[in-house]
Amino acid sequence: MSFLVALAESDSVPTGSTVTDSANWFLEYAWLVPLLPALSFVGILFFGKRMRYKGAELGIAAVALSFLLAVCAGFAWLAHHDDGGYVAVQKSTQWLQSGSVEFGAGILVDGLSVMMLLVVTIVSLLVHVYSTDYVGDDKRYTHFFAFLSLFTAAMLFFVLSDNILQMLVGWELVGVCSFVLIGHWWEEKPNSDAALKAFLTNRVGDVGLIIGTIALFFAAGGGRTFDTVKINEAIVGGDVSQAALVVASVCLMAAVMSKSGQFILHTWLPDAMAGPTPVSALIHAATMVVAGVFMIARLYPVFFEGMQIGGSSINLMATIGAITLVFGGLLAFVQDDIKKVLAYSTVSQLGYMVMALGVGAWTAAVFHLFTHAFFKANLFLGSGSVAHAVHSFDMKKDMGGMRKFMPKTYVTFIIGSLALAGLFPLAGFWSKDEILVGTGGWGLFGDTGGNGAYTFHLLMGMFGAALTAAYMTRCVYLTFHGEYRGGHDHAHDEHGHEAHGDPHESGPRILVPLYILSGLAIVAGFANLPGGFQLVPDSWTERFGHYVEPVGSSYFPKIAHATPSWSLAVVASVVALGGAVVAAYYYFVKVDRLSKETEASLTGLPDGLSKSNRLAGAGHRVLVNKYYLDHFYERVIVAFTKGPLARAAYWVNQNVIDRTVDKAGETAVLAGRHVYDIVDQSVIDGFVDGSGRVSDATGEELRHINSGKVQNYAAILFAMAAVLAGAFLIIFAL
Amino acid sequence: MDTIADNNWLLTVLVFAPLAGALVMALIPQHDEQSHKQVALLTSLVTLGLAAFLLIDFDYGSAGSLQYFVDTEWIEVIGAGYTIGVDGMSLPLIALTALIMPLVFVYSWNHIPEPGNAKAFLILSLILETGMIGTFVAQDLVLFFVFFEVVLLPMFFMIAVWGGENRRYASLKFFLFTLFGSALMLLSFLALFFLTEAETFNMLELTEIAGAGIPRGTQLLVFGGMFLGFGVKVPMFPFHTWLPDAHTEAPTQGSVILAAVLLKLGTYGFIRIAIPMLPEAAEAWAPWIGLLAVIGIIYGALGCLAQTDMKRLIAFSSVAHMGFVMLGIATLTDFGINAAIFGMVAHGLITGMLFFIAGSVKERYHTLEIKRLGGMLAQAPRLGWILGFVSMASLGLPGLAGFWGEFPAILAAYNPAGGLSEEVFRAYMVVAAIGTVLAAGYLLWLLQRTAMGEPPAEFADDPNIVDVSTTEWIAWAPLLLGIVLFGVAPGLIFEVTDPAVGESLHKCLEAGCQAADLAASSVGGG
Repeated sequence: MSFLVALAESDSVPTGSTVTDSANWFLEYAWLVPLLPALSFVGILFFGKRMRYKGAELGIAAVALSFLLAVCAGFAWLAHHDDGGYVAVQKSTQWLQSGSVEFGAGILVDGLSVMMLLVVTIVSLLVHVYSTDYVGDDKRYTHFFAFLSLFTAAMLFFVLSDNILQMLVGWELVGVCSFVLIGHWWEEKPNSDAALKAFLTNRVGDVGLIIGTIALFFAAGGGRTFDTVKINEAIVGGDVSQAALVVASVCLMAAVMSKSGQFILHTWLPDAMAGPTPVSALIHAATMVVAGVFMIARLYPVFFEGMQIGGSSINLMATIGAITLVFGGLLAFVQDDIKKVLAYSTVSQLGYMVMALGVGAWTAAVFHLFTHAFFKANLFLGSGSVAHAVHSFDMKKDMGGMRKFMPKTYVTFIIGSLALAGLFPLAGFWSKDEILVGTGGWGLFGDTGGNGAYTFHLLMGMFGAALTAAYMTRCVYLTFHGEYRGGHDHAHDEHGHEAHGDPHESGPRILVPLYILSGLAIVAGFANLPGGFQLVPDSWTERFGHYVEPVGSSYFPKIAHATPSWSLAVVASVVALGGAVVAAYYYFVKVDRLSKETEASLTGLPDGLSKSNRLAGAGHRVLVNKYYLDHFYERVIVAFTKGPLARAAYWVNQNVIDRTVDKAGETAVLAGRHVYDIVDQSVIDGFVDGSGRVSDATGEELRHINSGKVQNYAAILFAMAAVLAGAFLIIFAL
Repeated sequence: MDTIADNNWLLTVLVFAPLAGALVMALIPQHDEQSHKQVALLTSLVTLGLAAFLLIDFDYGSAGSLQYFVDTEWIEVIGAGYTIGVDGMSLPLIALTALIMPLVFVYSWNHIPEPGNAKAFLILSLILETGMIGTFVAQDLVLFFVFFEVVLLPMFFMIAVWGGENRRYASLKFFLFTLFGSALMLLSFLALFFLTEAETFNMLELTEIAGAGIPRGTQLLVFGGMFLGFGVKVPMFPFHTWLPDAHTEAPTQGSVILAAVLLKLGTYGFIRIAIPMLPEAAEAWAPWIGLLAVIGIIYGALGCLAQTDMKRLIAFSSVAHMGFVMLGIATLTDFGINAAIFGMVAHGLITGMLFFIAGSVKERYHTLEIKRLGGMLAQAPRLGWILGFVSMASLGLPGLAGFWGEFPAILAAYNPAGGLSEEVFRAYMVVAAIGTVLAAGYLLWLLQRTAMGEPPAEFADDPNIVDVSTTEWIAWAPLLLGIVLFGVAPGLIFEVTDPAVGESLHKCLEAGCQAADLAASSVGGG
């Protein structure tokens, strides 16, 4: 009996919409947060070069102010939530009207968007400060800051959107900023290639975004609305057909795959490292690439129902995420470029987030987004700090032993690495553990109360944890330990400087952002301590989930929450630690000894195993070639479209369509000759006169009509027009 | 449809003001080039002022009605009237024309193409302006036809006299293609006159009749005639082959006018004449128009990828862009047609701007061969950035004008009007969406090859390669601003066109909208 009651309760749909349009000033006016950097973009664009600090001061001031507003909005949201529960604030105005449908533009402020405001503004602010040193003597310094501002504005605009049309706008704008900043040093072809690749790959995903958006527009919310709340409410209320949701969620998933670097559309992300390092930290690690994850979180009912996440053990989204996190992690092992290691690591971590959303662990995914932003930005900026000193990103050739020269950077990098590896008690531990719990796969050893039993995904997550710890150990060893291998030749860095003397520690404008980010990499995890362990008072646990996850709101599906488990946390930690230990043994002991014995540089290492074992060698080759995906995209798809396909289309244009016109004219003239005897001679004369030569001309010559034969051409067309007009007249007369 | 006759002198003055300027110039001796330039610019500015007054005075509350309406007898013997008026559908296009022309004259200030003769060149441009505005205000088929043809000759001469090496071929091709279409169009107009038994060329009346009384088979034929007439002008695949040649050979000003305004005469004809007057035939033709539209999108984009000449590439991109406009029209929904009008204006601003840039590149590098160009961002950074910006607009970046022509057209294809097959149009939708990828491909590839990288050796120290000049800034700024303005506030255009589209097409939309709503609710509920 009680079972039936419980069922009835869980089926009931909230009647009232949990959205309001009046709240604290900071929530209602949250649109100021994106507006400030937008204004700063315009300001820097037009007046930046004339400013004392060439525009940087305006960008920093605007983002700092935005950050303050975001903090205030954060506190306002806490108070707002404590007062009346999870009630989102929506303010909108009419943007345009077409076909009697009104389209709004507005903001949707809830825990999710406020959290994003905080993450974006703080990382952006630190990156701004860092950049004043890092790209300090760049010749396009002002321009760089203008686009940092524009990116920040676009990203904030995106996360605040209250409708999917507006999200689409923000989505594309951040893409353009990414394009411009990846191609910042466009003099070099690889950089502009990387920029194009990023934009075009994302365009492929955008096909899905456009179609998915349109499908939702017509299917959800009673039809014809882009409003996210209305669409979500309609789905939660069961008013949308499953078929429409499947189409929409699969199409949108394609967009997520490109923007958030999911396998197989991830290949642009490592190439995007051609951009300046601060850009990689801000755009290609902490914020823009999580836009796809954010979109899933924002439109969660679409995916939860469309992908049929509840009560299942496999679905498209979770599986894409699981594959991405493992395959991305594997690729990180064969990279020599420190930024590429981090890039593949980002791919892998984004895989974690998507997998978490795929198994129904909403809060875990969003929480991982939150912690990842800090420790990954920390790592990227740290790698930039090293590269700034050695003027290269190549770990094997130009780094090694850097801890002696850059002890402060070293410490922050270690903190970031530990957090990324998910070791207790740093930020990554908490969020990664929560994802593993959320799979519900631990149910093998007792029910965890998740949305399903995603055991496969749990195993992939575990394996990924070991991989992460291992490749970061490799990265730390190659960069900071062993002997310094740099300074040997004229290594060029991003600025074209030549290496000189021993590397030295970076200045305060680089170090302070690193301190702050590594501080956050330590503490961010405490925002969502798991409940039920009795280690801390209950009022301290799950704070993040409490304020961010829209539980009980009308636009969020009813999802189950898995119970945290001691055993899982311990096993996961052991696995991660195991990965680190194995890698540490290999690098810190074996490789270290080998390199000291032979005094060989590490350039040829570490492929001892892949040289002696054929299978391992093949695997290594596949990884070095990035699963041959780029070969396929660039040499097959792109080359075919640009080459044979485009040329064939143009050939058809010149030799078929244009020629058809000529042929038709020729035929018309011949037809005209047949009626020559019965129609007044003088009428036809004009045409035939000109066309006599045409009839004699071979088809070959017709194809190459040039200005000398214009008269022929004229005759043909006139004749054709006349004959067709005649045909029409005859038909009308009938 | 209601008509409002207040201030009805305005449109007549607006249409013939450029012609008056041309007459004044005819009296000025040919060698006094400066006076010619001044008079031409002044005339176009007066016209722009009148258009601005029109924009201010226009009653937006009744944008669905024909305003400033004049209806007097003209050629009594054939029943043709001097009937003119403007509603929300034509207003944006008139404004676009009035805006483009002064910019062309500013640009002409120090860019009279070879072989000179500013007098003839500028007079022709002014006659063009009268023809273009006239076409957009005409509410009588004969009057429409006359203005439609008035446009033809000046453009023919512009290409034939001031064009590039292959100008004779290109100009004749342009002329004959269009004339061929016009012949069939005229025939269809005559058919409408006789077959409706109303014996009128008045477009209002013919719209009210909406083909009643004409057998279905005949309607299809009559529509076919118009389809060829307007389709050649658009140009729709496969009638587009005149366009790349005309654009490549035309002087910069000619290309700008051609792209910005002339192509719109065709699409405007569809939504003002062909569809409202023959709704039943339109429905039968729509899937085929849609098919040619999406073929044009893909085909035009592939053509772009194959080009080695910058100007020819931009010309081919028009085929693709007009494909989106025609797709919007083919859905026969108010949504799609609004998108089409927006697309026309956006394409006018963006592609007009691209041709301006091509002209400036040619002037600096004396070539448009993409292989030889490069490093523009280094040598002429502002020019390079403007090219980048306009490329982004052209590929349909949200937040800039191009997006609002493309995305709503794709959206409309998801749910076409009542009698049209949803499956077919959804397939078109997917193809059109794929077209946006190719558009990004050819535009960014162009940008990479021309603007990025190091400057090629042959131009590295060329003193000719300078950044954007003052005249160029003046001519370009309004277009660049327009691209941003309409991208951020698309409502400025949609709100004007929406009532007019609803009103003008109500005969064929009545059925369509209901069915669309039903379809939407069945998807939602099922």
